[in-house]
Amino acid sequence: MLQFFRRALGDILGNRFLNAVTVITVALSVLMIGVFVLFFINADALMDSWTKGIRIMAYLDSGTPEEKISEIKASIERIKGIETVRFISKKEAIEQLKNQMTHQASLFENLKENPLPDAFEIQMAELSRNREDFDEAARQISALPSVEEVEYGQKWLERFSDMLNLFKASGYAMGGLFFLAAVFFVANTIRLVIYSRRDEIEIMRLVGASESFIKDPFYIQSLIQGALGGLIGLGALLAVFRFVTGEWRLGIGNWKLETASNFNFLLSNFQLRFLPSEIIAGILLGSMFVGWAGCYLSLKQFLKL
Amino acid sequence: MIDVSFDIYENEFLFITGASGAGKTTLMKLLYLGEPVSEGQIIVEGLNLSRIPRKRIPMLRRKFGIIFQDYKLIHTKNVFDNIAIALEAVGTKSRLVGKKVRSVVRTVGMEGKLKSFPPGLSGGEQQRIAVARAIAGDPRIIIADEPTGSLDAESAKVIFGLLKSFHDRGGTVIIATHDTELIRKTGGRVILLEQGRLQSSTLIPKPA
Ligand SMILES: Nc1ncnc2c1ncn2[C@@H]1O[C@H](COP(=O)(O)OP(=O)(O)OP(=O)(O)O)[C@@H](O)[C@H]1O
Ligand SMILES: [Mg+2]
Repeated sequence: MLQFFRRALGDILGNRFLNAVTVITVALSVLMIGVFVLFFINADALMDSWTKGIRIMAYLDSGTPEEKISEIKASIERIKGIETVRFISKKEAIEQLKNQMTHQASLFENLKENPLPDAFEIQMAELSRNREDFDEAARQISALPSVEEVEYGQKWLERFSDMLNLFKASGYAMGGLFFLAAVFFVANTIRLVIYSRRDEIEIMRLVGASESFIKDPFYIQSLIQGALGGLIGLGALLAVFRFVTGEWRLGIGNWKLETASNFNFLLSNFQLRFLPSEIIAGILLGSMFVGWAGCYLSLKQFLKL
Repeated sequence: MIDVSFDIYENEFLFITGASGAGKTTLMKLLYLGEPVSEGQIIVEGLNLSRIPRKRIPMLRRKFGIIFQDYKLIHTKNVFDNIAIALEAVGTKSRLVGKKVRSVVRTVGMEGKLKSFPPGLSGGEQQRIAVARAIAGDPRIIIADEPTGSLDAESAKVIFGLLKSFHDRGGTVIIATHDTELIRKTGGRVILLEQGRLQSSTLIPKPA
């Protein structure tokens, strides 16, 4: 085993340029795929945090008698997954609106009648703050008598998730392309090494070397290429991530650019996170698989007996 | 090869001779499947070479120490590594490899050239390294294609002495050669080939 490593390392050192190009290709592919995965993980988490903050608003028919309101409230509270239900009378609602829009106060002066409906502000229990439970609760609430409309930001949540899915689809396609390119580069490197050592391989066969004795160093070599590319790619990804989240400050001369501040407004309290360890392990294994696959293809094609 | 049929016995010293192009190399290649068997039957230690699965071919080749007519040394590796990798290829324990290499290289009198690369050696020197590699794995049978072809009389004698002592220790030797003088001096069975056909098989007595 040790001698296989020695021979594989010898090959890598003997073809430094070629191996470097291959490792960089694998690293770039890992970086690109990593960026996608990182983006999706954070987008999903962001959407999750948005979903958690969402309250369901149930607007009542105008002229719903006051005595019915507590009855409706009780019905809503009985629905599964609902934690708190707060009644907001149209009077309260318009006061809130006036407070928020002090500069446009004149708008309200001309109002003869309060145009706002009575409403309930409903918050879901911690465990039920997800799309499915929101949809189900909203469906049940809107079926209640006197409830005119239910609103919980489903439109833009849907749009955001549709967009995300579209991104994901193109992410998969790009990822696949990068994957193939990386496999191709590894295969090409191994092919050239096989070619440069064809005499040696033929001689080893003649003196009784087994196929695995001849092939294993190639596999080790390409696994090293894959793993090295994976590590470098992940390292670059971490660097990019650190840069974007501002953990690294870019000091140039006297002024400091704090990138994070540029993004903060978008993300408010949301904490960007790096890839979880199982995905890091998965990417590393994947890049080693790229090495293995490239090697397998080349050996199959060029090392026939 | 046409109409070639003979047996080789254990611990035999067998010469294969014939004019250039008669088929000596081809016949030897068939023994270690350097050339596939298309017709007829070759049996080596009970293995039928026309039916041997590809996976077992390395096992077949490990029975032989082969000295190739064109040496087949790896040009990008030095003398030590050339022999070491052949030993490693057949599964010799790594801690024994260095010792063995030095010992066989000493046997062929090339201990001064361990670090040299084959292209920097003379034909005769390369041939000696080829012999060293063939005997390094302690095979039971040696196949030697013109092992003294490019040597001066003195070195040829050394190489030939090596093959003889291998034979004396119980090994089987199969040699292809044009050198009738050598055959006469050594004695053994001689197979004469002519245009791919077996012409004769005669036993030359060992000179006293
Ligand atoms: N792969 C091959 N395919 C077809 N014919 C071949 C092949 N290899 C060799 N030959 C032919 O077979 C014949 C025997 O060749 P071989 O190399 O066995 O001769 P030889 O007896 O070893 O000659 P020499 O003394 O020059 O080494 C030659 O006529 C040669 O041209
Ligand atoms: Mg020949």
